[in-house]
Amino acid sequence: MADESYPDDLRYHPEHDWVRVDGDEAVFGITWYAQDALGEVVYYDPPQIGAAIVKDDSYGELESVKAVSDIIAPASGEVIAVNDAMRDTPETVNNDPYGAGWLIRVRLTDPSELDGLMDVETYRSYLSGL
Amino acid sequence: MPRALLRTPLHERHVALGAKLGGFAGWDMPLEYSTVRDEHRNVRTRCGVFDVSHMGQITVSGGGARAYLGEALTNDIDKLEPGQGQYTLVCRDDGGTIDDLIVYQLLDHYMIICNASNVAPVFTWVAARAPQGVTVSDESVGHAMLAVQGPAWEQALGPLVTGDEIVGLPYFGIAQTAVAGVPSWVARTGYTGEPGVEIMCPAHRATEVWDALMAGPDAPAPTGLAARDTLRMEMGYPLYGQELGLTRTPIEAGLKWACDLEGGFVGADAMRRQVQDGTPERLCIFTLDEPGIPRMGCPVDADGEVVGEVTSGTLSPTLGIGIGMAYVRADLAAPGTALQIDIRGKRKAATTAKRPLVDTSPKKDESNG
Repeated sequence: MADESYPDDLRYHPEHDWVRVDGDEAVFGITWYAQDALGEVVYYDPPQIGAAIVKDDSYGELESVKAVSDIIAPASGEVIAVNDAMRDTPETVNNDPYGAGWLIRVRLTDPSELDGLMDVETYRSYLSGL
Repeated sequence: MPRALLRTPLHERHVALGAKLGGFAGWDMPLEYSTVRDEHRNVRTRCGVFDVSHMGQITVSGGGARAYLGEALTNDIDKLEPGQGQYTLVCRDDGGTIDDLIVYQLLDHYMIICNASNVAPVFTWVAARAPQGVTVSDESVGHAMLAVQGPAWEQALGPLVTGDEIVGLPYFGIAQTAVAGVPSWVARTGYTGEPGVEIMCPAHRATEVWDALMAGPDAPAPTGLAARDTLRMEMGYPLYGQELGLTRTPIEAGLKWACDLEGGFVGADAMRRQVQDGTPERLCIFTLDEPGIPRMGCPVDADGEVVGEVTSGTLSPTLGIGIGMAYVRADLAAPGTALQIDIRGKRKAATTAKRPLVDTSPKKDESNG
């Protein structure tokens, strides 16, 4: 399992999801805190490519041996890619939550939604209050 | 206000090992130390140790104890000899299950090991009906229990036992011996499907047994209750509160083999009727034919209608596929039946199977002595 970290260049959602913005596209994943709370992830149920996802709604599921967890969309958009490697080795999200453990790539429908997300300092202080 | 969780005498050890702890039947128990899958696989291939001190321990003694237990418990007490244990159940008149348990016949009394969540109901039930001269005593608090489970259990335990009392102990046998110098009962029982033992010792000396196990060259890996759950699911062992409960009889749960239906125990009449007439539902075990993880509460479908409900489910660490148990319409419970499991709105193909789902046995080390 990876050491606890929260990269500077990401935006964070209170449900412990991150966004890496790339023009009008973005990559979504879950934070170190989220994967630690889940425990070893054994199953990833991603959305379909082309699916429309809505900010604050669930777009997929991650499961540990004991429990299932919805993955919350930090922004709205259309799914343009899913991380197929995560289907075969879902524990990748434990080992590398910000890299090889990314979950989906989306074309954002409203990039201004990102303004409502937290930067790393805000997310860290949010975590310390949990 | 919720009551504080009880702690086993090994609580400090679990904390020191960095275990994830969680509430279970009123106890603060180690759920996992590393990962469920690693702990699970280690028990299947090598050996793990579980703190199961939360389990209940009730003694029954006195001249009429044997005859009384023959009526209070479902299995045939006449088959039980000194130094042996027996899987059995305690049921109401209507056959509803109060608990499943193991009863051991010791030197001058009987010892019941019951589920942590059911100590009070079992004790109340058994004590309230005991005839004069039979003494029922709840000894749960004073005792700790460690389960050493896995094919290498003898290497792990051997160095701690100097006497020969447990050499060649058969499955479900029990013997009194010193483990790391601590007077203990050692029984060839468990809840994993692997060979192994359960060690019952005084609570205030449990850390001596634990520390000695951990110091050995073939020390078992600390293993949490999460892996205990996935191990028992692969074997198809029922868990009270999921497969068993007051609204389920042992007949529906496929535990007829543990019920002496020729005899006169509490609930026998209701169960005999069920055997004769059949039951609407039966417990089955199944594997998923496609990716997904069934969970407790998932509806089970066949031919477009709901025919049952999942009682336990997980990803099998051994098989790498979704597995589970479910109560389904009785005609669909036979192995090889095609079912669908409704996992949060997605229907996944499943097939019922024979128990166990994995190729192992708690008796597999008996042939080579």
